[in-house]
Amino acid sequence: MRIIAIMIRVLKELLRDKRTLALMFLAPILILFLMNAIFSSNSTTNVTIGTVSLSQAMNKKLGKGNHVDVKLYDSKTAAEKALKKTHIDAIIQKKHNDYILTHANTDSTKTTAVKMAVKNALTARGTAELKTGLKTSTTVIGKLRHQLTITSKALAKLQFQVAKSTNQKVKTSKSNHVTLAQVSSKKMATPKITNHYVYGDANTSFFDKMLPILMGFFVFFFVFLISGMALLKERTSGTLDRLLATPVKRYEIVFGYMASYGILAIFQTVLIVLVTVWLLGAEVVGSLFSIILINLLLALVALAFGILLSTFASSEFQMMQFIPLVVIPQIFFSGIIPLDQMASWIKTISYIVPIKYSGDAVTAIMMRGAGLSSLGLEITVLFGFLIVLTVLNIMGLKRYRKV
Amino acid sequence: MSSTSISLNHLVKQFGKQTVLKDINFTVSPGQIVGLIGPSGAGKSTIIKTTLGMEVADGGSATVFNQVMPNRKLLSRIGYMAQTDALYGSLSGQENLMFFAQMKGLKKQTIHAEIAHVAEVVDLTTDLNKRVSSYSGGMMRRLSLAIALLGSPELLILDEPTGGIDPALRRQIWKELNTIRHENRSILITTHVMDEAELVDEVALILNGKVMAFDSPAALKKQYQVNSIEDVFLKAEGVQL
Repeated sequence: MRIIAIMIRVLKELLRDKRTLALMFLAPILILFLMNAIFSSNSTTNVTIGTVSLSQAMNKKLGKGNHVDVKLYDSKTAAEKALKKTHIDAIIQKKHNDYILTHANTDSTKTTAVKMAVKNALTARGTAELKTGLKTSTTVIGKLRHQLTITSKALAKLQFQVAKSTNQKVKTSKSNHVTLAQVSSKKMATPKITNHYVYGDANTSFFDKMLPILMGFFVFFFVFLISGMALLKERTSGTLDRLLATPVKRYEIVFGYMASYGILAIFQTVLIVLVTVWLLGAEVVGSLFSIILINLLLALVALAFGILLSTFASSEFQMMQFIPLVVIPQIFFSGIIPLDQMASWIKTISYIVPIKYSGDAVTAIMMRGAGLSSLGLEITVLFGFLIVLTVLNIMGLKRYRKV
Repeated sequence: MSSTSISLNHLVKQFGKQTVLKDINFTVSPGQIVGLIGPSGAGKSTIIKTTLGMEVADGGSATVFNQVMPNRKLLSRIGYMAQTDALYGSLSGQENLMFFAQMKGLKKQTIHAEIAHVAEVVDLTTDLNKRVSSYSGGMMRRLSLAIALLGSPELLILDEPTGGIDPALRRQIWKELNTIRHENRSILITTHVMDEAELVDEVALILNGKVMAFDSPAALKKQYQVNSIEDVFLKAEGVQL
């Protein structure tokens, strides 16, 4: 009864705070859109390469590469001028049989792109040379084959004339011809690579990997901040004292807050999931319900965490100071940056980061279609966080009323 | 020990190394209004907090209705009004009253009648549907008092209830407080308004964490040989008259 009354009151306050509501619901969508736009175009870095005294074939090969523009320069000084003015990103100069590359190197991705383009062009040229070489050798082989047929025919005749020999030998030599022909035709065809994707398609980018974690991050961040602020305000305005001067039980306050922010988190998660699936076109292999459930659990952890930390803050500004200390490091350990190659002590830290578990779980649901039953570890750990923090909060309220 | 509403016996309270309450003794009997007066920092708010069970006594005891505080269940029989207007600004007056009525555990059937009654006492009936954030300071004070009055508690603890309230309304509130007294309910009230201190049954003069005097206003005036409680206050503080 009291829990519901507190829940309704907190929800009413939140619903009337239009700015905070907008922050909770519109800010994540805006950020997701921006990140989608930024990270999706990540693979298409356009580079301009200036070439000095390069063969026409090489220039053509370079220009064929994706997102590569080629500008021809007569002298190295002209090219260097252009490089300084950032008209071009790199210079290629041919000296004897070698190529000398000068990179602007202001953007490492562009440097890599140039290196790739040059390598590709050289490989392409190499392949072309090989091809011509192969062609010549094939003609030679053809001629040889022709001669061989003649010889074998003669041989067959001879064999026939000998009469004692069987037809088998002829057959053998004939089959020899066939294999030879097959081999040469195989060499002529360029290998075709077909890509199959377990998750998503060729357009799956870094953003798709971040999405499940980002989703959890938004839920965590906003619920943490707003709930922490709400309880802080309740404390500084004196309403908490007044509330505790009624026979309300301490756990009723904590559970009332949990119920209201839980409801809010459900709406927020549903909205974020729908935006990512329908507007950003992310693929969800598993069930949406499971994703919402995991995020709800994370929201409750964030709520309990926010309420707990708000007791250590004496103003809204001090609450904000927890963002770089508590919220930002969560991103680093959340799994957005692969932890596999990090030092072991960093890995150890990641085990106490709630977002890591929700990120792992939602990634598994979204990308591999895992069911809730296979995510026992993640769910147990999140529940563990929730229970410990909730108990701490109920005990923590004792600071303000001794019973 | 006969039945008392509040009984503080040798109450000691420390915050860290600082001893805020040294030896507080006084009782509030049913049907009595007791006024706590004293300069700021004397320990009035700490007495109230300890009586409510928000703080635990480090020595002595605080009992309410003959039961040792802290005691959560007893809080349903106490109406408390804090020094600050602890109200939810984004809710209307009605919603604030509703919420605290629910927290006090009032019965559903009586809640609406109860809210209507207390709103009338503090003259807020016409403003109940406005958001509290649009209230004036005096209106907030009145709503705060109305919340304390919810559920006709047997004991009212009011921390400066009439600050920022105009004289006409103050008179009306005192009328209500007197009605409460006649219903054999008790009131512990702190105030800075000295002529209010004349209206109470007994005055506890608090100075440096001690009760300097505890008697009826008339007796105190006699004891200090002055004409008003204000002079008693000043004399107790050591100000030369």
